[in-house]
Amino acid sequence: MNKKILYWIVWMLGLGAALLVISVFSLCAGSVGMPIKKIISLILEGKSSAEYSILLDIRLPRIILGFAIGGALSLAGVILQGMFRNPLVEPYTLGISGGAALGVCLNIVLRLHRFWGVLTLPLFGFLGAIVVISLIYFLNIRKGILKMQGLLLTGVMLSFISSSIIMLLMAVSRTEDLQGIIFWIMGSLEEPNWLLIKVAVIVSVLGLIVSYFFSLSLNALSLGEEEARHLGVNTEKAKRLLFILASVLTGLSVSVCGVIGFVGLIVPHFVRSFVGSDNRILLGSSFLAGACFLILCDTLARTIIAPLELPVGVITGILGGSVFVYVLAKKTVS
Amino acid sequence: MLQIRDLTCGYDSRFLLQDINFKVAAGEFIGIVGPNGSGKTTLLRAISGVLKLKKGVILFEGKDIPRINQKELARKMAVVSQNPPVNSLTTEEFVLLGRIPHFQRLQFLESKQDLEIAERAMALTGTLKLRGRPVEEISGGEKQLVLIARALCQEPRLLLLDEPTAHLDITHQVAVLDLIKKLNKEFGLTVITVLHDLNLAGEYCDKLILLNNGRIHKVGAPGDVLTYQVIEDVYKTVVLVKENPISRRPYIFLVPQEGRK
Repeated sequence: MNKKILYWIVWMLGLGAALLVISVFSLCAGSVGMPIKKIISLILEGKSSAEYSILLDIRLPRIILGFAIGGALSLAGVILQGMFRNPLVEPYTLGISGGAALGVCLNIVLRLHRFWGVLTLPLFGFLGAIVVISLIYFLNIRKGILKMQGLLLTGVMLSFISSSIIMLLMAVSRTEDLQGIIFWIMGSLEEPNWLLIKVAVIVSVLGLIVSYFFSLSLNALSLGEEEARHLGVNTEKAKRLLFILASVLTGLSVSVCGVIGFVGLIVPHFVRSFVGSDNRILLGSSFLAGACFLILCDTLARTIIAPLELPVGVITGILGGSVFVYVLAKKTVS
Repeated sequence: MLQIRDLTCGYDSRFLLQDINFKVAAGEFIGIVGPNGSGKTTLLRAISGVLKLKKGVILFEGKDIPRINQKELARKMAVVSQNPPVNSLTTEEFVLLGRIPHFQRLQFLESKQDLEIAERAMALTGTLKLRGRPVEEISGGEKQLVLIARALCQEPRLLLLDEPTAHLDITHQVAVLDLIKKLNKEFGLTVITVLHDLNLAGEYCDKLILLNNGRIHKVGAPGDVLTYQVIEDVYKTVVLVKENPISRRPYIFLVPQEGRK
């Protein structure tokens, strides 16, 4: 077997193992500490204790959701970075999360999810995301060439616009909606609805599979659209589908967990420095690493000032913002 | 192999190329020359299929280029653009991108054959020693050779190059053009290259297409195209054309204002 492929397999297995360890650790950690032995006996004995319900109704859903959303956000980050050929773009910095948040917010204020079901939340998140992504693309393209300089600035501005409209919506909304919006917008993995959790897992894993069909096109697109066409890639089709995929992943994440920024920036950045820029390994390993990262951040958010809880978006924001500034500073030097 | 009939094209509503007609036979080494803005790169982009034509047809092996499946076209025609963007892939990974058009549906990994072809292409271009280095860190001359290696990986019959010697020192200018000549002579690869330097074009190409203001001014062997009348006509400057004593090809001397008496 090829040495490179062996290296890839080792990486994926390593990350899989790390994910398992972190998940178990996250099950144990919390305001009520539980050693592993106790967890096993609790699961074997079955229901009815308070500890059992902490484990399976509170901690486990968060871990599953952390896996799905951490993976989805990192995947969206890798896809966007490949398409826009810029290591600093990701759903949050491009304002796509903001657009998705606006979509979800509209849904909450108009109470559509009450009439048409809870699944309209991710749908509206997706619609908001795809509007922003298309706006960014068409605002920055001149004569078929994507301008790289204005990209992040456009993203930040669109983010501002969306958050201002969200504030406007909050100002005119009813008090009972207001609380829901505030709680959700801060970004948290607490989600009582099992249906949404299941959908999040299914969609993000499907997203990972679909992304692999475009891994080679993404490799070619990292050389720019014209070069990719010379290599026989149908760039129009690839671009359209990748935009939709990134929007689905972002819309889903935001509708379930609120705005959790920078996961799509930090994770691919570090993964890339280990496995290289080949998207065939970057997509899968970023998904797993993103899952690990978000579960870890969430555990931190739950325990750092226990029994109180921090929104996980605060932690990823502090970490991610620092990494962003660091990368930006390094980029201008070189 | 390639037939261009009544080609008119350009960007937006400006026509940069008008009434272009020429044929390329298999195995030819053709140079496209002309002053800045005469439409050399535009012509190359039109042939490569990335530019929509306003009028006329380009037939590649008898088929209209826009009708050829993109992947199939990439297996037959490779393009080396001028100074294309690169990423942080290693040189070997970058060269292997040239195998993408040969991948089967649902194939994600390179086969042993793909790796061998890439290795041969890198050996031929003398870039094997760069294989582990990131493409963004190698020099301009090395990058040009790596781009040619990637193009060879596509196993094309027609190779298009846009100013492959721009910004290179004379060592690399000769290395790049010697390599292209070798591919043309020994492997029968048909070559169409845009060249800025008339002396290099005259030295290496079998046939030159001289463009001026988006139209073909003259087509022919270097000896017929590179005469002082033609050059002074197109470039609006005074030159002296002599013969290179070694290759018997035309060589152009510039005549500065002071010397024109």
